Amino acid sequence: MTTIQSGTWVEIEQVILTPEQRAPTLPEDTKRVPYVLRVSGFLIEPVELGARAHIRTIIGRELSGVLKTVNPSYSHSFGTVVPELLTIGTEAES
Amino acid sequence: MTTRDSSYAAVMARKNEIMKASMGMDYDDFIQSPIAFDYERMLSETGYSHTDIVRIQRETKVGDTPLFELRILTEAVRKISEPGKGATILLKDEAANASGSFKARRASISAFEAARKGYPGLIAATSGNYGAAVASQAAQRGLKCIIIQEVYDSRGVGQPEIVEKGRACEAYGAEVLKLTVGPELFYMQLRTLEETGFFNASLYTPFGIRGIETLGVEIAAQVRARYGKDPDAVVITHAGGGNLTGTARGLLAAGCNQTRIVACSVDLGGLHMASDHDFNRKSFTTGHTGFGVPFATWPDRVDVPRNAARSLRYMDEYQLVTQGEVFYITELLTKIEGLERGPAGNTSLTAAVTLARQMDREQIVVVQETEYTGAGKHHNSQLSFARENGIEVRRGDPKDNVPGKAIVIPERLDQVWGKVQDMERLRLSYLKNAAKAHPMELWNDNDVAFLAADLKVSPEWVQEKRRNL
Repeated sequence: MTTIQSGTWVEIEQVILTPEQRAPTLPEDTKRVPYVLRVSGFLIEPVELGARAHIRTIIGRELSGVLKTVNPSYSHSFGTVVPELLTIGTEAES
Repeated sequence: MTTRDSSYAAVMARKNEIMKASMGMDYDDFIQSPIAFDYERMLSETGYSHTDIVRIQRETKVGDTPLFELRILTEAVRKISEPGKGATILLKDEAANASGSFKARRASISAFEAARKGYPGLIAATSGNYGAAVASQAAQRGLKCIIIQEVYDSRGVGQPEIVEKGRACEAYGAEVLKLTVGPELFYMQLRTLEETGFFNASLYTPFGIRGIETLGVEIAAQVRARYGKDPDAVVITHAGGGNLTGTARGLLAAGCNQTRIVACSVDLGGLHMASDHDFNRKSFTTGHTGFGVPFATWPDRVDVPRNAARSLRYMDEYQLVTQGEVFYITELLTKIEGLERGPAGNTSLTAAVTLARQMDREQIVVVQETEYTGAGKHHNSQLSFARENGIEVRRGDPKDNVPGKAIVIPERLDQVWGKVQDMERLRLSYLKNAAKAHPMELWNDNDVAFLAADLKVSPEWVQEKRRNL
């Protein structure tokens, strides 16, 4: 496995509460899964992907967790075309 | 960093002391009983006058947004209305605020107050436009910012709309704590407040609500200047209640005593708000009944000891619309009015179409917000995502809409018809919740007077319902 260099922008994951530690009143499906945090920051020391990592967030806080993603990016979009919308407000539907 | 016990129970037990430290404000000064508190004094003791608020907001690119007449949509509504009906529809373009929504008003005073009191940063727990607003205001005041957001289900999948809101917070320089589904967001907020010593920019503080009042004041002034009269109705998207409370207070402060305050939410009946499975079956992440109804019927279910957002105090009517109707109106606004805005902001526009049809031609109905749009925060993104998640999307009669199962986009404008909620039922539900917080037999005259004001009814009404509950 390749080591990720310090200073790289990464995302870590932390289990905040295990299923047993979660709030008492939760629906069944939510109760079964842990409460998980993801947060991005600059890697403080070089580690491998999947290892415990320390980061410095964009505001300078130091946090730790499992290194999940290198250069976490946004890829959300306008989605695939929804043909049902196209004719709304056109001559065909005036 | 604190070394204190960070278990769920321990942090929740320290709630009050964390709140007090993180706001520099003691709610005990206003609390009179388990239900009653001095609401007006709590709001006035923020120490900011209307003039101060306007000045503070101008410094950080908030307010003075345009009010547009939706001439073509108004004509389209008149065509499907009875003769003499079809009020003029006006739209307040709140997307013009820094960060792209009215939430900038809500964040601006908290940011100013935090800077004034010397806090190093701001924290808000929100999956809405408020995150970007706090981040943008914090940036302009030289403060650090942490936004705590419910983003993913347990598969790590996030709604495109929420993902975009997270991106926006990061774009404005905030640290974003992205969490899976659960009400433990509040626990996380408390823990982070305690760890950092930052200011709690809760949505529900008096600062947040005071900041929104300028929206109502501007509407009054703009409508009077252009039409020489007060607006007959103002439609407000309703979730946690702040938008409605602040806007209505502003309208009242400007003397619009006869203006009807109409709330509107997207109907998501049947979907559980804390369910991991249901999370991504909602095509609206805010402005829906999952917040609107519980917050109206018990405002104090929030992250501060007493909520400054109290919607039933000001609400005259409450309409529900379907997801498909809002998407239809969003597309229509784009195509015929040449205004592309985010779908969540158009919830109230959808209700305004229904209202305008029933109102006289000479009347004026104001839609008091828009929000920015873009990748993720767009009706096409939401519908495409819904389809990928197995939700049926089709054209048809919106009456066939089933939250979480089918989104039915109307075929024609005349099928857009909001469902009016029973206000009496909402008020009774509030009273029942009040009785859970403080047994009815212990309610004194002050409690009754508080409840009456909080429900926009007379003390006699409260007494009568109390006898029959």
